[in-house]
This record gives sequence, C-alpha cells and structure tokens, in this order.
Amino acid sequence: MITIGLLHSTIRGDEKLIIEAAKKRGTQIKLIDVREEIFNRKTYRCDFDVALERCVSTVKGMHATYFYESLNIPVINNSSVTSICEDKFVTSLILQKAHVSTPDFAMVFNADQAQQAIKQLGGFPVVIKPPLGSWGRLLAKINDIDALETILEHKDVLGSPHQKSFYLQKYIKKPGRDIRSFVIDSITICAIYRDSPHWITNTARGGVATNCPVTKELSSLSKKASDAVGGGVLSMDVFETEDGLQINEINHTTEFKNSERPTGVSISGAIVDYCIKVAKNL
Amino acid sequence: MLKTNCPICDAQVTLPKNTEESEIISCPECHTRLVVANLKGTFATLEEAPKVEEDWGE
Repeated sequence: MITIGLLHSTIRGDEKLIIEAAKKRGTQIKLIDVREEIFNRKTYRCDFDVALERCVSTVKGMHATYFYESLNIPVINNSSVTSICEDKFVTSLILQKAHVSTPDFAMVFNADQAQQAIKQLGGFPVVIKPPLGSWGRLLAKINDIDALETILEHKDVLGSPHQKSFYLQKYIKKPGRDIRSFVIDSITICAIYRDSPHWITNTARGGVATNCPVTKELSSLSKKASDAVGGGVLSMDVFETEDGLQINEINHTTEFKNSERPTGVSISGAIVDYCIKVAKNL
Repeated sequence: MLKTNCPICDAQVTLPKNTEESEIISCPECHTRLVVANLKGTFATLEEAPKVEEDWGE
C-alpha cells in the first residue's frame, strides 16, 4: 500500500479534505508536522513513498522539500517548482520568458528606479507587492508619486530584507472579480471566480467563490503556465483583461477548501490521485 | 466527540471524532483561533494558534 507523507505545520480545512480523500481511496496518510522533525540525513528514517508538501510556512516547506528530495523521496511539488512559485518576481520572469500572458512588471531596489520603472509600465496606478507573501498581505495599489514615496520609505525603514525588493506590477482593472484555476498534472480540473468589490479578491480577504466554467482559453493558458514552472499541483490566479486572460500569480501549496463546493470537483481527490501516480512511477 | 476547554475564555469546546493534532479551530464563544496542541485518546489540549507570519500562505 502506498503511504503519502503529508508535510504540514498546521492542519487546515484543506488538509482535512486531503486526509478524507486518501481514506476513501484506501491510501495511507502519515501526518508530519515539520516543526517537530529533526532533518538530519544521517539519522532520519523515512517510512512513506511520496511527500505532499502542505506547510503554511513557505520557508519551512522549502527546507523540508529539499531534505526529502535529498533522501530520494519525491515531493509534490518538487523544489524546482516551489522555488519558482514562492517568489512572485521569479514566477513572472519564467512566465514572460515562456510567452505566457502575464501583466507587465519590474523589480527595483530604490525610489528613483521605481519612478522610472512605473513610467515604463505605463504610469500610475501600479501595484507593489512583496516578492514573498500570500493572502493579499502588504499589497498596495499606488495611485501617485506621493503614495509611492510614502510606501517605499515605510518599507525601507520598517521592512525585512524581502520587503526592500520592490516588485512593481502594472495595475489591471478587473471586472470585480478574478479567476482561480486548479491545474493538476497539467490538466485544468476546475476554476472559480473570486468576486469582491475590493481590488484585492483573495478569498482569504473576503472574496466570494463561485464556479467558473473552464473554457478552452482558460484551460490552455493554465496548462501553459503550469508547464512553464514545472507542473505538479498548482493553482493559477488569472485576470480577465481587454487583451484576454493573463496569469497573475501561481500558488504551489494551493488552498481549495472553498472551491470544492462551488465547482463540484474533488480537488483533494485529484491531489491524492496525483500523489499515488507519482509514487507508482518510482 | 471530545470535550476540552478554551485556554483563553475557558469555554467548553467540543472536538469532532476526526480531529487531528495541529488542527486549527475557533473557540465557539470568544472566537479565538486555537490549535489542537495535544491529542491522546480522549484527552485533548488547546493552545492559542500562532500569529500569521511573513512567509505564511499558499
């Protein structure tokens, strides 16, 4: 019997759904709280076939992934995919290089360069994001030079080193919603709209999830983005623009508990099935 | 069903059968985010859940 090592640092509703889906398939799940482990290659005894990385902490998840890969245990998602998707700037670089439609962006390290970059992006408004981060935290829509100077000064004085790398993205006017598509093993299995009157539409920030039909365009773009970063279990945040769909960000430990009901698709089941597939291909 | 108490307001908290260690729950009375710190048989303890950190997310 295949055993999936579920790497976590808290058990959320998403992980509960994965545990339930594994039970239904007669697949064993071993819960591994990475905060309790000692990652020493010389002493560690591994008793599972494949690891599913679901840590809420990106940094701990990344280190755990490197560790298990060093023991030749396949990890979903692998370290290459994770290292791309955890950083918004790296993700954007990979997408643009692979000709996947994505908003224009730039990275700068000080205010003078920020002003020049914003001109290159077509002017205000722009969005500034920490390269590492999630759930819409510390995103700022910058409408003018005054706001730019204020935000950058605050980041410079108060921020950690990550906050002092300024990722700037062209502001995309959205129709009160964006799309999240779920892509597993290069197949777009379902998608949701995230409706919100606020320009930040994350469900973690109150966005409401409803089913979004997987059109040919959405399926094709999502697959292309997934393939560009290396595939696995991913979700895409997609903007609807006048020029068609654009990939905004890619999530490598995607949350989905609010998406199974509106879509009617067992995302947790698809994740477990993919883990089993990877384990069997050893 | 397991019964235990909220470490913040002491309200009784009922945990369903399929509760897992490290699971995040909310206190039904004070709504504090709690984590199931220990779960051994019919014994469970709760702690206040850690605050969101800079690298948390998906």
